[in-house]
Amino acid sequence: MTAERAVERTPATPRLMARRDFRLVVLNWFRELTLVPVIVVLMIAGSLVNPVFFTTSNLINVAEGGAALGMVVVAESLILLTGKFDISLQGTFGLAPLLGAWLIAPKASQGLGTEWNPWLGLLVVLLVGLAVGTFNGFLVIKANFNAFIFTLAMSILLTGLQLGWLGGQTVYNLPEAYIYLGAESWFGVPVAVWLTIAAFTVAALFLRYHRIGRAMYAIGGNLEAARAAGIQVDRIRIGVFIVASVLAAVGGLMQAGRVTAVTAGQGSNLIFGVFAAAVIGGISLEGGRGRVVGALTGVILLALVTNILTLSNISSTWIDAVDGAIILIALGLAKLIGTERA
Amino acid sequence: MQRFSSTGPATSPATVGEAENVSKSFGETRALVDVSLTVQPGECHALVGRNGAGKSTLVSLFTGLNRPDRGAISLAGEAAPSLADRGAWLARVACVYQRSMVVPPLTVAENVFLNRPVEGEGAVINWKRMRAQARGLMLEWGFDIDVDQQAATLTVEQRQIVEIARALSIGARFLILDEPTAALEKAAVDRLFERVRRLREGGVGVLYISHHLEEIYEICQRVSVLRDGELVLTGRVGDISQGNLVAAMVGSAPPRRATEIEAVGKVGSLGGTKLEVKQLTVGSRGGSVYEVDLSVRAGECVGLVGLRGSGTATVADAVVGLIKPRQGSIAIEGSVVPLGSVHATLRRGVGYVPQDRHARGFSPQLGVDENLTHAVLDRIADRFGFVSARRRTEIAQDEAQVLQIVARSLDQPVSSLSGGNQQKVVVGRALASKPSVLIAVNPTVGVDVASKEALLDALSRARDDGVAVLLVSDDFDDLRVCTRLVVMVRGRVTAHFDRAPWDRQRLISAVEGLEVAV
Repeated sequence: MTAERAVERTPATPRLMARRDFRLVVLNWFRELTLVPVIVVLMIAGSLVNPVFFTTSNLINVAEGGAALGMVVVAESLILLTGKFDISLQGTFGLAPLLGAWLIAPKASQGLGTEWNPWLGLLVVLLVGLAVGTFNGFLVIKANFNAFIFTLAMSILLTGLQLGWLGGQTVYNLPEAYIYLGAESWFGVPVAVWLTIAAFTVAALFLRYHRIGRAMYAIGGNLEAARAAGIQVDRIRIGVFIVASVLAAVGGLMQAGRVTAVTAGQGSNLIFGVFAAAVIGGISLEGGRGRVVGALTGVILLALVTNILTLSNISSTWIDAVDGAIILIALGLAKLIGTERA
Repeated sequence: MQRFSSTGPATSPATVGEAENVSKSFGETRALVDVSLTVQPGECHALVGRNGAGKSTLVSLFTGLNRPDRGAISLAGEAAPSLADRGAWLARVACVYQRSMVVPPLTVAENVFLNRPVEGEGAVINWKRMRAQARGLMLEWGFDIDVDQQAATLTVEQRQIVEIARALSIGARFLILDEPTAALEKAAVDRLFERVRRLREGGVGVLYISHHLEEIYEICQRVSVLRDGELVLTGRVGDISQGNLVAAMVGSAPPRRATEIEAVGKVGSLGGTKLEVKQLTVGSRGGSVYEVDLSVRAGECVGLVGLRGSGTATVADAVVGLIKPRQGSIAIEGSVVPLGSVHATLRRGVGYVPQDRHARGFSPQLGVDENLTHAVLDRIADRFGFVSARRRTEIAQDEAQVLQIVARSLDQPVSSLSGGNQQKVVVGRALASKPSVLIAVNPTVGVDVASKEALLDALSRARDDGVAVLLVSDDFDDLRVCTRLVVMVRGRVTAHFDRAPWDRQRLISAVEGLEVAV
């Protein structure tokens, strides 16, 4: 039959299917914002623990503390959504700013002595992120290494390089341009906080409205189905690894700016908080589920907990234990509400 | 051997397995209707029937995976144990499936005594005794296999042996072999037959399921034929000719679908060649194919027909680029496509409906609209890549209407739809790209009758609109939208049926790889 033949379509059902089911939309937002009541409770608890809690300077302090973590959480969330993960983001978080700082700082403050232009240093930071992400992406996606063990090894390697390079010393006395992100404020709020808010916003919009963002959900939900639909699954997954590593490097730069130095230990153990924030925020470890809005509530929760613990008089050696307990409680709560996290 | 006493009094020798007037329905589908079948010790009883005839359901009743709605199952002459008592079932019956159930990292001996202490053993494993007993067992039944070998290194044939040995060692004397020769070469098939003979001599009863009818004549004593859930024929193999056996499987003359498959009435003038496959050779565990030539023109629907493992699905997967062929060329609209790239193939106007909707069909957590537009993401996005919600909704509403998808709304997750509607989403995803070539593998498998009609309608409409359709299917109902058939047996094209209507019996004989017996 040729195309000219008049095609009799069966008379279609007159009513078109509704685009959105209101109940589903509400349910999804409800799930996304599961942690909001917990955050409210924490804030009340915070103000009871110490009157300083509700001061502007303290709240900005909370935001600043969460900013660097948040940057890495955005990065990890992107990878988790495509069904993989990267433990070595914490290594990049430490090593990238360290390398940049080393190349621009004078010898006296543990630099190499080349004293490069700070802008070149910033470029180096981004390039380190790019290189590590590309390496991880190709080996995990193309060479099919197990993401857990491969990025774990990478993490150990990067952290080890960071430590060994300078023999455990701290690079300090960094030029203004280099620490700008962490040290400066716009309208009374640190640049790092603005930047993290921007990262969350862009990620949220990209994931929701961009075709690659939607393809990432398709990949995370069912890799083979995405492949069979002609989505370039490998290219996108490698790209996500690269973007995530660059974000982690920027996060590290923010952290360095905040303390105006790069320590040999920057980034170590960061990744556990990152996973915790993403998962209690509703990003599924299986891939394909969750939104960065939820991950943001996870970051806020963790930042609040850290702050409140510091303000209370709990001995600092106990902070980790309390931290862990609160993450467990948040997970339990999420389970009760019936979201599929953890 | 005494046979033919049907379901006689209890004085007759105990059967190893018996189904007495069993019926089973799944939802609206009547999978089995009033079926009675006995397997006696020392007998090899063939069970044949086309896909969907009810064989798997009967096996699931015999192995305690399902309970019959009506009727009774008895094993070893006693009423069947309760479904929860897995141990009791395992001690009476075992089914060796096509998919292997051995644990690869463990040794043969461990696999044989999996989760079971050998005699005189407590919680601590006595390795020496376990090996000795496994070796003894192999010797007793004449199985030639090293019990210390790691199961991962075994061939398909050897894995079957391990599974049979495991069943025998638990005490089961009723074995169900589900298409045991599907993945075996000729010599291994001969050895398997020898083993079956030994088992029979040892008093084991075998229920033998196979599509290869010639095997049945070689090793079985009785044969039962299921068709549409009913037992249509049972008797001694020697009394039934191959022709009659095929006739029983196919069914004789219900008024409309007599011996001919109802097919597209007329074949109009066809357009140019849209898909051209030359000398395609692909290695695949799902069925390798050798030197397949195939071409599909605009406005025709070519049915690629074969048994599971015959390579028909492999051809489809290779054409869309999911598997990289060893050799051969694929051209879409006259231009050769790079092999092994789904993205490149689909971009040239190919729509693809994969074989297994759960594995490759959709992202379960996403909505109907998203899944319908996954193959056209680049087309519904602006030049910066941002997806137009309006265009997505338009396309989704269009496809939902054409395919009569039933969902509460377009954002309902596909995981919560019925199987039929899920399959419509998968077909819609392929059609949404307005393809010039459509490749569909078993597009109506496991869906209800109404969905099937809707899906086949959509396919024939695409065909009439000038799409070149390649339909891979082993369901003969699907073939009525085809204008021409190509039959594959064991990886090669063996027959062509160029003019509808087709004779059902000749077609089945060709598919089963038999000389035409009618």
